[in-house]
Amino acid sequence: MARQIGEIILDLKNISLRFGGVKALTDISFNVREHEIRAIIGPNGAGKSSMLNVINGVYHPQEGEIIFRGEHRKDMDTHEAAAAGFARTFQNIALFKGMSVLDNLMTGRNLKMKSNFLQHALWWGPARREELEHRRKVEEVIDFLEIEHIRKTPVGRLPYGLQKRVELGRALAAEPSILLLDEPMAGMNVEEKQDMCRFILDVNDQFGTTIVLIEHDMGVVMDISDRVVVLDYGKKIGDGEPDEVKNNPEVIAAYLGTQH
Amino acid sequence: MQFFFEVLIGGLLSGVMYSLVALGFVLIFKASGVFNFAQGAMVYFAALSLVGVMGMGAPLWLAFILAFVIMTLLGIATEKFVLRKMVNQAPIALFMATIGLAFFIEGLAPLIWGNEVRALDIGLVDEPIGWILDQHNMVISSFDLTAAGLALGLVALLALFFQYTRVGRALRAVADDHQAALSIGIPLQHIWALVWAVAGFVALVAGMLWGSRNGVQFALTFTALKALPVLILGGFTSVPGAIVGGLIIGASEKLAEIYIPPVMAGWFGGNFGGIEGWFPYVMALLFLLVRPEGLFGEKHIDRV
Amino acid sequence: MIYRETGQFKTSYAADQQIFPIRQDRIGIGLLLAVAFLVVPLTAGNYWFNAILIPFLIFALAALGLNILTGYAGQLSLGSAAFMAVGAYAAYNFQVRVDGMPVLLSFILAGLTAAGVGILFGLPSLRIKGFYLAVATLAAQFFIVWCLTKFPYLSNNSSSGVISVPNVEILGFTFDTPQSRYLLVLTIVSVLALLAKNMVRSTTGRAWMAVRDMDVAAEVIGIRLMRTKLLAFAVSSFYCGIAGALYAFCYLGSVEPDGFSLDLSFKILFMIIVGGVGSVLGSFLGAAFILLLPIFLDISLPALAELLHLPFDSATVSHIQLMVFGALIMFFLIVEPHGLARLWQIGKEKLRLWPFPH
Repeated sequence: MARQIGEIILDLKNISLRFGGVKALTDISFNVREHEIRAIIGPNGAGKSSMLNVINGVYHPQEGEIIFRGEHRKDMDTHEAAAAGFARTFQNIALFKGMSVLDNLMTGRNLKMKSNFLQHALWWGPARREELEHRRKVEEVIDFLEIEHIRKTPVGRLPYGLQKRVELGRALAAEPSILLLDEPMAGMNVEEKQDMCRFILDVNDQFGTTIVLIEHDMGVVMDISDRVVVLDYGKKIGDGEPDEVKNNPEVIAAYLGTQH
Repeated sequence: MQFFFEVLIGGLLSGVMYSLVALGFVLIFKASGVFNFAQGAMVYFAALSLVGVMGMGAPLWLAFILAFVIMTLLGIATEKFVLRKMVNQAPIALFMATIGLAFFIEGLAPLIWGNEVRALDIGLVDEPIGWILDQHNMVISSFDLTAAGLALGLVALLALFFQYTRVGRALRAVADDHQAALSIGIPLQHIWALVWAVAGFVALVAGMLWGSRNGVQFALTFTALKALPVLILGGFTSVPGAIVGGLIIGASEKLAEIYIPPVMAGWFGGNFGGIEGWFPYVMALLFLLVRPEGLFGEKHIDRV
Repeated sequence: MIYRETGQFKTSYAADQQIFPIRQDRIGIGLLLAVAFLVVPLTAGNYWFNAILIPFLIFALAALGLNILTGYAGQLSLGSAAFMAVGAYAAYNFQVRVDGMPVLLSFILAGLTAAGVGILFGLPSLRIKGFYLAVATLAAQFFIVWCLTKFPYLSNNSSSGVISVPNVEILGFTFDTPQSRYLLVLTIVSVLALLAKNMVRSTTGRAWMAVRDMDVAAEVIGIRLMRTKLLAFAVSSFYCGIAGALYAFCYLGSVEPDGFSLDLSFKILFMIIVGGVGSVLGSFLGAAFILLLPIFLDISLPALAELLHLPFDSATVSHIQLMVFGALIMFFLIVEPHGLARLWQIGKEKLRLWPFPH
């Protein structure tokens, strides 16, 4: 790997999450280092998406600590998370189907826009300048993801693979320090997966973005991640470099299935 | 104190009638997920058909059956020509389509049957019940009481139908999950036709009762609009909710109409009648803020 | 041939972001405005002003307001007529109770009052959505009209809430002819339409559309739901309020609370459904369509009935009108949910290819 993996910037300690009587996550602890690619894997229903939702502020854990860049942020809400530098994609594409690709990406920069609605209505100086400046940045993302040809197309009309790419674009447009990806390659064919892998690696390489991703494709996970966390039934059963985790008997048992 | 009870009971009874209209909404919503804004117009259409056929010389029982057939046909036509074509669209679009449907029916009904106000005589008389008047000095309409009884009977019948018969079970399955129901062989088209027929029947009973009480006229559609707050209180998917919601709305609106205007007249001077027009809606609004899914409804969860 | 983008390359983002990026469109809108401002006042007759053009502009403004709330921000509202009423009555009160109040200022204050009321009744949208919200807006509709009828103070102590507004006077010039009223309304509506177009293209508009399309995702990327929704209610009610003030001052001259009934709210909703939800152009197209339809039916139905030798009376016309409205709504929702605006777009695309087939 070309970049230097840095210090721990995200530390999760003893996270437990319950929905009524159902325990989604039990006593999970792991950390994420700056500039690394951290994968979260595990069988279906293990609680991976819930974990991502906790990091992002969508769910608030009943127990545990979240420490981001030295600050305790357990009850952070989604808005604060976004302001702090988190961006994410979703398992079931959460794009704004009524808007074009360009507009979707521009919404990613919403937090950075300072002008108010009156300035927008008058299309006056600061609002205009801001819009153009952000448009420039978004075009960089469009270039990077090679989606120039569809920038004005309404997102709802795009094929699945391109929609997933646009969703990645929206997350990138926010210039995040941590990118949370929930199954970014789900439902893709081999070529699309390769493209997506390339983009993810490039993001990590060129911009130094820390990436936490959930993925089912073991080949991908082993290839691109620096470290892996394995979840099963809401508990952590493995944590370390891909090769270590691959040979961990508990992990193998979880995937192949043994008697519990 | 007696006056209070009189108003209360009168309100409860008219509330049962609101429930009848709300019931039609619930049935269609449960089976097809469509919020049928046109239910009120259907009540009006049913009542008009009933008086219309009776006006042509038929006795009540025959007119009822014919009107029922007409309502079923209307329901099936709606499903076939409007709803089926909108299968892929958002629920809000379907809702707006039913608003269009309401207007359509509101124009069609008087076109066919004429728009004069008509009396509907079904054999029940609107007069105070003798012994209650004598013993407790309260005016309680025998009509209201009989109508309420009829309505409750209908609801009980429907509840039993849904719970214990094979067809009822199929209806509940369709309401839960169309795809799953299809995959186990439930004939969706037949079920929907059946649901609209039952909703049409309920609309007919509601139209008959409301129409004989207040006369069959266009204002019937506004009464039916009141069913919306009933649904909000009771929950859109619950039959008992429609009853409880109806009772609460009926009672509270009558009590508000009697007791609030004098207070306001005291503060501001002037006449403050007509509270019934908005009170149920404001109540529903406040209720929504506290318990959006209604007393008996199902919570709606958004998964990301 | 004529309608081509060939050779019109955009070399800056600013150029790409114009409201009318294609030159032919710019010429078109220029011509339209020229005709509207210069030709029409000199050539149209009073009937046209009073019965068609002025109400068209006013309803288009109200439809624009509703479109912002329902079409762009996705908050269904059945109470737009009530907000028009607030605007009308507020403007009246400001104008009549404050000596020497400039009319335009009354209008703006009326709009702000309507915006305030709009925010109040928009608060439930933070907890409820979809048709639940529609029922909540019904509460606004019924309650507001009741208040205007029952509180004599609001109508300057007239019976049953009827108000007669004074003539509009700006800087000594009295707007008492149809032409002058038309030009005043045209100016106000054009300016507000431009502001609306700018808003919906900007971050504000994108935030609204994000909330409409998937509010959970919008929240996650940092859009503040409360502010966005309440802003939509505020701006929408402002527009409806101004439309209401114009309705009273420049169109009817005398209004009553019942004139702003649920029926009118439905009409405005129909305008945006037919015209196109989420489109500024659609608000205008829909308003024109819904306004002209009854006139068209009034003329054509008797003629048709005579042709077919069918019995006929005025009640029949109103019944058929209801049916036609209803049928049109269902038709548009089934066939072209994006309304006339989308049909217009498709037309333009075909025009780009003309005379070639593809």
